[in-house]
Formats: sequence, C-alpha cells, structure tokens
Amino acid sequence: MNVVVCVKQIPDPADPGALDPGTKTLKRDVKLILDESDTYGVEMALQLVDKAGEGSVHLVSMAPNNERSGLATALAMGAASATLISDPALLGSDALTTAKLLAAAIGERDGVDLVIAGSESSDGYTGTVPTQIAAVLDLPSITAAKAITVDGGQVQIQRQTNAGYDDVTCSLPCVVSVTAGVVEPRYPSFKGIMAAKSKPVDERTAADLGFDAGQVGWAGAGQEIVDIAAAPARSAGEVIEDDGESYTKVIEFLENLKVI
Amino acid sequence: MTLSKIWVLAEAEDGEVATTTLELLTKARELADTVECVYAGDDADELADTLGEYGCETIHQTGDLEGALVGVPLAAAIAAAVEAGDGPDAIIAATTYDGRDTAARLSVKLDRTVLTNCVDLELDGDALVASEPVFGGTTDVKTKFTGEGPFIALVRPKSFAAEPSGGGSADVEDLDVPDLGASGGAVVTERHVEESEGPKLDEAAIVVSGGRGLGEASKYSMVADLAKALKGAAGASRAIVDAGWVPYSQQVGQTGKVVKPTVYIACGISGATQHLVGMKGSKNIIAINKDPEAPIFAVADLGIVGDVHKVMPQILEALSKR
Ligand SMILES: Cc1cc2nc3c(=O)[nH]c(=O)nc-3n(C[C@H](O)[C@H](O)[C@H](O)COP(=O)(O)OP(=O)(O)OC[C@H]3O[C@@H](n4cnc5c(N)ncnc54)[C@H](O)[C@@H]3O)c2cc1C
Ligand SMILES: Nc1ncnc2c1ncn2[C@@H]1O[C@H](COP(=O)(O)O)[C@@H](O)[C@H]1O
Repeated sequence: MNVVVCVKQIPDPADPGALDPGTKTLKRDVKLILDESDTYGVEMALQLVDKAGEGSVHLVSMAPNNERSGLATALAMGAASATLISDPALLGSDALTTAKLLAAAIGERDGVDLVIAGSESSDGYTGTVPTQIAAVLDLPSITAAKAITVDGGQVQIQRQTNAGYDDVTCSLPCVVSVTAGVVEPRYPSFKGIMAAKSKPVDERTAADLGFDAGQVGWAGAGQEIVDIAAAPARSAGEVIEDDGESYTKVIEFLENLKVI
Repeated sequence: MTLSKIWVLAEAEDGEVATTTLELLTKARELADTVECVYAGDDADELADTLGEYGCETIHQTGDLEGALVGVPLAAAIAAAVEAGDGPDAIIAATTYDGRDTAARLSVKLDRTVLTNCVDLELDGDALVASEPVFGGTTDVKTKFTGEGPFIALVRPKSFAAEPSGGGSADVEDLDVPDLGASGGAVVTERHVEESEGPKLDEAAIVVSGGRGLGEASKYSMVADLAKALKGAAGASRAIVDAGWVPYSQQVGQTGKVVKPTVYIACGISGATQHLVGMKGSKNIIAINKDPEAPIFAVADLGIVGDVHKVMPQILEALSKR
C-alpha cells in the first residue's frame, strides 16, 4: 500500500499574517509550519500502511521558498520520504496551478495506490485542490471523508453530507480528502524527529515538472486581486458582568426583539 | 453591462430546492440576461416551478446518475456543453460538498481558475469580480477573472437574500453526460441521515451554540434545551465537534455552516476568527463567557461575563415560567 499525502506548509495560524500590499500575496517571510489540517491525512496514511503491512507514505508539498520545516514535522510523524516542489516562480499560483504541479509530482511516482489530502487548507481554504489533482490525474476522488478503510483494491469511505454521511465505495487508485478529526494525529517522537533528518527530500522546480515560468505563479493565474479593504467591523454592544441577575437582561433583549 | 448567460448549479434535498440555489439565482438575475440551471438528477420536473419562480428559464438535467458522486459526471456534462458552444459565460455554485467537487473538476476540464469563498459577485466590463473575506472576515479581497470565460465561482451560503422574480415554471432539457473513463468510479452505496428535531441550523431564526466552555459533553443539553425553548436550532464550535460531543452537522464556522439568524446566542465560545466567519452576519448576537477578554464580546450586542452553568439554567427557568 503506497500512499502519497499532500501536505501544505503555511504561516502559523496563531499569527494570522497579512497580505503584502505590494505583491498581494500572503506575507511569507515568517517560518512555515505543517498545516494542522494535513496532520490528519498523514496520520490516516500511516495507519493504512501499517494495517496493510507493506508499503510506505510519501509526502508532496509545494512552497515558493524552499521551506521544509513542515515537511520535517510530517517525516518525524513517520512518512518515509518527500517531494518538495519549490521555485520562486511559483509565488502567486492559483489553486489550479498548484494542483497541476502537485499532480505532476505525484504522476512521476510508480505504484501509487492512494492519494490523501486535507479537505481544506487553513490559510487558503479553497477546498478545490484535492479534486483538481484527481482531475489532472484522471482519477476518481472522494472529498470530506470522515472514515477510510481499504479492502483489497477497494476503498470504503464515509463521506460527510449536509444531512449526515454517505457510504462511498471506489476502486484504487483514487484521491481522498479527509476532514479534521478523522483520526487523532500522533505527536512526533524524539526518535522520529532524529530519524526525519536523514529521510530523502527530493526537490523539484517548475521546469523539472515540465512547466515554464509563464504557466505558473502570477503569470499563470487566471485571476488578479483588484482591491484589498478592511471589512466593515461589527461594533461591540453592551457587556455586563453577571451579578446573578444578568439573565433578566437576556430575557429583556429577546423580548425587545419580539422573538419570545 | 450584463453577461448574456449564467448557469447556476441547482441542488435539492428530498425534492425541495436548496435555499443556497435560490440565493444564487437571485444574484445571477442581476448579472446576466439569461439564467439557467444545471442539475444532477432526473427529477428536475419537480423543481421547475420553484426554480422558475426565482428566475431560472431552463434546467439542464443529467438524468439518473446511479449513485455516482455528482462532481465528475456533472462537470463532464457541463464541459461538453461548453466545448460544443452551448455553454454560459459563467457557472456559479454554492460552497457545498457537491458544488466544490463539480467546480474543481470543471476548472481542470476547461483549464479555468475557480474563485472560491465568494460572498459577493459583480461585473467589471465583461469580467466577473468576486469578493472574498480573509483573515476571519476582517479583510475583504476583490479578485477579478483575467482569462476568458466561462468563469467559475463558488459562493458561500447566505451571501445573498433569496427573492423570487415571479417567473413561470422552468423548461427541462437533457444534459448529456459523456463517457467518464477512469475518473467516474466513486459510487454512493448507502445514505445515512442524522435526525435532528426542530428547525434546520442554517434556516432557524434563533441559534444557540455551545463551545468548550460548557466543560463536558453532558452539559450540551443546556444548549439543546435553550434552543428548544426558543424554537431555534442548536449549534456548536468546532472544538466540541472534534471532541465528539456533537455531530459535525451542528458545527458553525468556516468549515461548518454559515448562519444568519435573528438572534445568535454563543455559550462558552471564545470567538475564534474561524467561528466568527460563520455567525458574524447574525442580526443580533448574545454571548455568555466567563472571560471578559474573549473575542466573542467584540461582536456581541449583549455580552454577559459569567458562568454558563449559572446563567443558562436561570434563562431556561425564566423562559419556562412565561
Ligand atoms: C482551518 C480551521 C478551520 C476551523 N473551522 C472552525 C469552524 O468552522 N468553527 C469553529 O467553531 N471553529 C473552527 N476552527 C477552530 C477555532 O480556531 C477554535 O479553535 C474553536 O472555534 C474554539 O472553540 P471554542 O470557542 O468552543 O473553544 P475555546 O477557544 O477553548 O473557548 C472556550 C471558551 O469558553 C470560555 N469558558 C470556559 N469556561 C466557561 C464557563 N464556565 N462559563 C462561560 N464561559 C466559559 C472560555 O473563557 C473560552 O473563551 C477552525 C480552525 C482552523 C485552523
Ligand atoms: N501547496 C500545497 N502543497 C501541498 N498540498 C497542498 C498545497 N495546497 C493545497 N494542498 C492540499 O490540498 C488540500 C486542500 O487545500 P485547499 O484547496 O487550499 O483548501 C490541503 O489540505 C493539502 O492536502
């Protein structure tokens, strides 16, 4: 069972960052970390390979600036190897271009049974990249998986829906995006962190994957940011300290709105 | 300037058109001369009156998909129509599971970018411009499609108010699904519906949500009881969904539902940006949190700095006496 996991390296969400007004991209001068949304995919892949008793977990990540610290975290969790697509020309790439490059890197590998991604990244949250990867590779895809089991050449998925969930079945290979909470991601152990340092990370540029500079980054994006403005803020109302009687304020508030 | 034609991806549950579809139709009427729908299924006849009433002239339906996940066949069918020259200038879908899948597949098929998380759409000449809130809704970014159409946009639910146009029943036409090859293999074998009482979370006039401040799973009953007493729906922060206290279908926020009720009551919820994106549009917000510094108070019309375990039972008691 060979699983590829797409992991995004993002600025720490605790420090939400800002858009650079000059380049209109997220300011990336901060250190990048492994997107928490992708730790679930890494954990899921490790468990599936473990259960199958053979195979390995390979990571692919695309980042404009050679960043590896997020990959290091996922390697320390137990992934065997990684491909890092890194090229300054990639800055400003839209989701479609990102998916094309990730798909090209995945397509270079033989014997991939399953590709796992997160349902949506914490910083971009387009939620389209996994399905776009599948479309480029001409594979089936199942998004929003909250449980995955592999049985022979088939995968069984519980896919979240508005009303509950659907059981979905599909033959391998395919692309699956997982939701947060699908599994409990392990913390890298000290041994894992040390071992990660000697795991292979292959670097690829856009050109290595067959793309020229005009097809990627700003040049290749079919979109352009035309305006950035502060959203109209909601102003705070009355804040009161509970003195044992504050519930009456709530009741009054609801009465004034005529909802009770 | 208007576009000549927009296709809205229509969705329905149990033969009833999704509210998000009606929202999109309302906006589409403003942007294009002709508004039509694409629909994955074979029961468009049942939806034709409602869709027509909101401005859809023709529904292009795929026919029975025999359990296949919608994205692949629907995108293939739309792409084939576009290639044959019968396509629209723009295709818009709601940010739903199937909407995302379809838009993502279509973007690769047509080699067009897809703009996501849109909360508004406007035209600049012939080009569609979409607004997207970033950083938890503190900043609005406007993005314009630069290439040629058709433009593909995914719009967040509740971005527009649905208003009927008074149109007559829509025509129904077939939309041919080409051979899907290797990509068409994912099939639904069974559907599971999590029953919930009372109004739907994203349609209720009152939403009461609970977060980690409730302390333990069993205390969520206070939230459910208050929601019931107010004839509203019960919601939750992601923290307690991930913890397994309540099902995902009750999550409010960026990765959950968007709600815009008349009153939103947040109980023991800190007000993380990802939660705020899902409820900031509520007309009135009440927050109960023991931490006076909690960010939820910055958006609350009435904030109670207090213990949910004291204040909520008092509210319930007062309501029960009315
Ligand atoms: C990519 C991404 C997507 C996300 N999507 C969502 C989403 O869709 N929805 C969502 O909700 N979150 C989402 N989150 C998570 C979000 O960042 C927060 O972690 C989450 O909203 C916190 O939930 P909470 O407010 O219940 O918990 P906490 O942040 O832990 O807050 C608990 C609050 O309860 C208060 N409290 C404690 N005890 C009491 C008491 N006895 N009485 C009153 N108050 C008390 C505390 O003061 C505190 O403010 C997302 C995060 C990421 C990274
Ligand atoms: N730059 C990237 N490198 C690797 N994986 C990515 C990248 N961007 C998106 N993904 C994958 O696609 C998922 C959804 O991301 P998004 O479409 O940006 O919401 C993520 O959880 C990742 O698994």
